[in-house]
Amino acid sequence: MTTETAATALKTPAGPQRRFTFNLRQSGIYIAFALIVVLFTVLTDGALLTPQNISNIIVQNSYVLILAIGMILVIIGGHIDLSVGSVVALTGAICAVLTVQMGLPWWLAVLITLLAGAVIGAAQGYWVAFFGIPAFIVTLAGMLVFRALTLTVLGNQGIGPFPDQIRTLANGFTEGYLGNVGLGPLGGADLVSLLVGVAVVAGFAFNQWRNRKARLSYGQVVDPFPIFVAKIALAAAVVLAVVVQLARFRNLPWVLVLLAVLALGYSVMANKSVFGRHIYAIGGNLQAATLSGVKVKQVTFWVFVNMGLLSALAGVIFAGRLNQAGPTAGNAFELDAIAAAFIGGAAVQGGVGRVVGAITGGLIMGVINNGMSLIGAPSERVMLVKGLVLLAAVAYDVWTKRRGRA
Amino acid sequence: MSDEILVMRGITKRFAGVTALHDVTLAVRRGEIHAICGENGAGKSTLMKVLSGVHPHGSYEGEIVFEGEPCSFGGVRDSERRGIVIIHQELALCGQLSVAENLFLGNERAKRGFIDWNRTNHAAGALLARVGLRENPTTPVHDLGVGKQQLVEIAKALAKDVKLLILDEPTAALNDDDSAHLLDLLDGLRDEGITSVIISHKLNEVTRIADSITILRDGRTIETLPAHDVSEDRIISGMVGRDLEHRFPPRTPDIGDEVLRIEGWTVHSPSQPERVVVDNATLSLRRGEIVGLAGLMGAGRTELAMSVFGRSYGVGISGRVVKDGREIDTRTVRKAIDHGLAYVSEDRKRYGLNLIQDVQLNVSAAGLDKLAPRGWVNENEEHSVAEKYRRSMNIKTPTVATPTSSLSGGNQQKVVLAKWMFTDPDVLILDEPTRGIDVGAKYEIYSIINDLAAQGRAVLVISSELPELLGLCDRVYTLSEGRITGEFDRVEATQERLMHHMTQGQTS
Repeated sequence: MTTETAATALKTPAGPQRRFTFNLRQSGIYIAFALIVVLFTVLTDGALLTPQNISNIIVQNSYVLILAIGMILVIIGGHIDLSVGSVVALTGAICAVLTVQMGLPWWLAVLITLLAGAVIGAAQGYWVAFFGIPAFIVTLAGMLVFRALTLTVLGNQGIGPFPDQIRTLANGFTEGYLGNVGLGPLGGADLVSLLVGVAVVAGFAFNQWRNRKARLSYGQVVDPFPIFVAKIALAAAVVLAVVVQLARFRNLPWVLVLLAVLALGYSVMANKSVFGRHIYAIGGNLQAATLSGVKVKQVTFWVFVNMGLLSALAGVIFAGRLNQAGPTAGNAFELDAIAAAFIGGAAVQGGVGRVVGAITGGLIMGVINNGMSLIGAPSERVMLVKGLVLLAAVAYDVWTKRRGRA
Repeated sequence: MSDEILVMRGITKRFAGVTALHDVTLAVRRGEIHAICGENGAGKSTLMKVLSGVHPHGSYEGEIVFEGEPCSFGGVRDSERRGIVIIHQELALCGQLSVAENLFLGNERAKRGFIDWNRTNHAAGALLARVGLRENPTTPVHDLGVGKQQLVEIAKALAKDVKLLILDEPTAALNDDDSAHLLDLLDGLRDEGITSVIISHKLNEVTRIADSITILRDGRTIETLPAHDVSEDRIISGMVGRDLEHRFPPRTPDIGDEVLRIEGWTVHSPSQPERVVVDNATLSLRRGEIVGLAGLMGAGRTELAMSVFGRSYGVGISGRVVKDGREIDTRTVRKAIDHGLAYVSEDRKRYGLNLIQDVQLNVSAAGLDKLAPRGWVNENEEHSVAEKYRRSMNIKTPTVATPTSSLSGGNQQKVVLAKWMFTDPDVLILDEPTRGIDVGAKYEIYSIINDLAAQGRAVLVISSELPELLGLCDRVYTLSEGRITGEFDRVEATQERLMHHMTQGQTS
């Protein structure tokens, strides 16, 4: 029965071709990422993929990636948030005041800081969702206001140092709880990291297999089995390669664990939850969503609350990484987060985009940054290349869209 | 000297593997009104785009001869220079600009690069007089109604010294009054020697105004008929390639108890809160019944429906909505849906569909909670729901993962209907359910409406097309200036009686 449906699907002339172009548009970003990694690996004689450098790329870009996750949801909903850089600075400052000056325990300080971020998001969300001011204006105002509050709180000087736990979250690595692998090509690699990597791959494979079975039981078309296996093998190879390199350096960075949890959680939320679906519906056609019973104002409001929350998280991690909350922290982070979202396939008019795409977009910029600095390119050239990559990515998206329509 | 102003011969146009036009021939005589009829997707608009240079020379095969000379237009400007002007279905006016500015957009009356406003407004006044539009040339276009905007478009064409005027569905968005005025205007232009090509789904207008009719079907020319003694059924059989004995599917009504009553419903305009848009309207719907709501544009039909459906329109709303004998709260769309109401908008692209999303996500949009018992959407179940409607409603799409933007109007409408059927409503309000949909798909939509009634649901159909209401409904209300002015059973309703009550109280 199921093989029959698959066969008829193949016979339909438009079927396979359509699916191919669709895939090309969605997977273009991942192919581009792979090509950029290969390019810089060659240009840097392999220095890009050394254990320490991979670890650096992840830790250096973690806060932009966290912001990109929030930003993609804002952009899918048809809005923009220009204030995140200033919110990063303000929440970093709040966290510093709470821990360094008031001496609160680190976990309580982080909790209060996250809450403050959510309140900031709620304030902006109120003006956008319930008052109806365009997000561009509200968050432009927020950008100025929150920067001003940062300067007020800090009095134009940095506050530090942070408690060890916050520094570890931003900068640190998991302990080698089980010791290291002694022998062979993996010599010196951390066992816990390797086990986590294997567990992630196994979980991913199991989940894919379960989805496939469910789809088959509903009589849907699925990839042929060899392609299904090849896809999982490819993903497993990439994950394991990264984990092995990390394990050989200094175990897993805590921010990577945090990022993995956020990426997974927000992906599932965006694709499978009613709330996530409503964000797409609002961005795709506001009026149609309203007339379909979507609570447009509430959804928009919570999207901004979430953006504030993630900004605060990024703020804590950025401050912890520098071990100081400074008045210029987070400058132009909003631009990196927005660029990551658009490189990752978001549409300017909203309704389109993926969490994983935004993370990939952020990593593309991170790899370009890192790779170019490894080959000694001056920072103005890095900026130039990043600008052109952003333009090229959106041009590619527009081009595939136009071709798909003709 | 041939009296044919335009001859298109052997036109073939392909889009990435699809042949949209296949060896099409069209001959238009000088000074006539030539109608082009055909179902959606028959190739009418594509043919006109070839003619006007939207599809430039070289992207199609065949030849175009205009006023005896072969033409090879590279773009719209080339064809306009020869006097061929096309007015698209979606009007191309800048709302914020004045009428005069729109009339001479791209064609400005200027002196040394600066606009000569006296000359502009004076010339605009003359053009407006020619199309019978009494408006100040400095009025912003968005202050005019759709009917008047259409006239501005025609005046704009006249400003370009038009010889051949092409109108794509010019009356689709107009009410009967405005349509009649437009048709009279075309008659007048014919007397001035301007040739028109008109694409229209409204066959009564075609037979009224056209001199010749060319019928297209599946990208081919079927026939060209003289329009004067041809019946609508004759045109329809040419368009669909079969005899459509009945334009409406047969149905035996099975009407039950009252399910919904709207009592004393009054709505004020949001832009002018002192203006009453719906005035103390009372109507009732029974299970299994199809009820029509007839009214001219501006009578408050859409406003009535949308204000009931979650207060999506209007301010200062008063009145009661009673369902199954109990008053219900429909103050938000969500509440209205939860009480079993559904509203299908007249403008499906703006209010009905998320065009960038696929069929599956559109079908589930209003009833997503049913697929997500714990807040997480079961995508497999969602897929089978979409598949079920694709099959049962005959939605023509390669897969349910196809974006709705690439579907034809009729199939888009089926997607919207599927979305609301999935919410399992007791009462459906269908606002212009067959607007811009070809004859074959209309029949399918009518069948769906009949099925909905047969399942015991109440259906309220809002339509500008009186034959549609008469063919479909068990009962018809007439609405004029926001007031219910009459209620007719199927047997006592005639177009004349309805029209009489629809125009009651107007300008008096």
